[in-house]
Amino acid sequence: MIRLVDRPFEPGAMLSDFCARRAETGAVASFVGIARRGDGGGLELEAYPGFTEATIGAFADAAKERFNLHDVTVIHRIGRVAPGEAIVLVLTASAHRREAFEACDYLMDYLKSRAPLWKKEHGPDGARWVEPSARDLGDVARWD
Amino acid sequence: MVKVLLFGKLRDVAGWRERLYDPPPATLCELRAMLCADDPALAAALGARGVQAAVDRVLARGDAELGANCEVAFMPAMSGG
Repeated sequence: MIRLVDRPFEPGAMLSDFCARRAETGAVASFVGIARRGDGGGLELEAYPGFTEATIGAFADAAKERFNLHDVTVIHRIGRVAPGEAIVLVLTASAHRREAFEACDYLMDYLKSRAPLWKKEHGPDGARWVEPSARDLGDVARWD
Repeated sequence: MVKVLLFGKLRDVAGWRERLYDPPPATLCELRAMLCADDPALAAALGARGVQAAVDRVLARGDAELGANCEVAFMPAMSGG
């Protein structure tokens, strides 16, 4: 399931639901990205409706194939995100833990620098558009 | 007619999100050149690292032809998560 949501969501409830009613799955890995509190005023995320979901969906399908996943969920906030709120949730299910961990890592590296989303940080000195850092670009290149 | 969409920083730099051009330029390259000629600040932002374009929601290169009623999106470096 790939979903962009414009209001706060509860990662714990989604994880419980994702784990339920599975026959073959022996491992579920999860990642939650949170808007740092710091002294900022939160974030603003922009998507290209339709294109963003389709692009993330194609990448999730590739991850499913590559890591033999039973299932994958990506929930990503769009619009204003207040400090402390969850921005992104990635859930991966597989037979054994290694694939679930690696697929979760892979999907997050991808989301940070290759998913069609644009993030603006609101801080005390105004707002600025965030671009992937050298570390983000290095992280995603590990999988190429 | 071509619908042009700008995202993220590109939208802030240009001061608009969506514009219609009629008749459409023949290729993505020509459209880009037209936008750059109109607005030097946007030209600089379009030249930045990581900028990509999509024609009808498929990533495209400069020589892509533009159909009669297409949608072109210019997207700066992506940053989710």
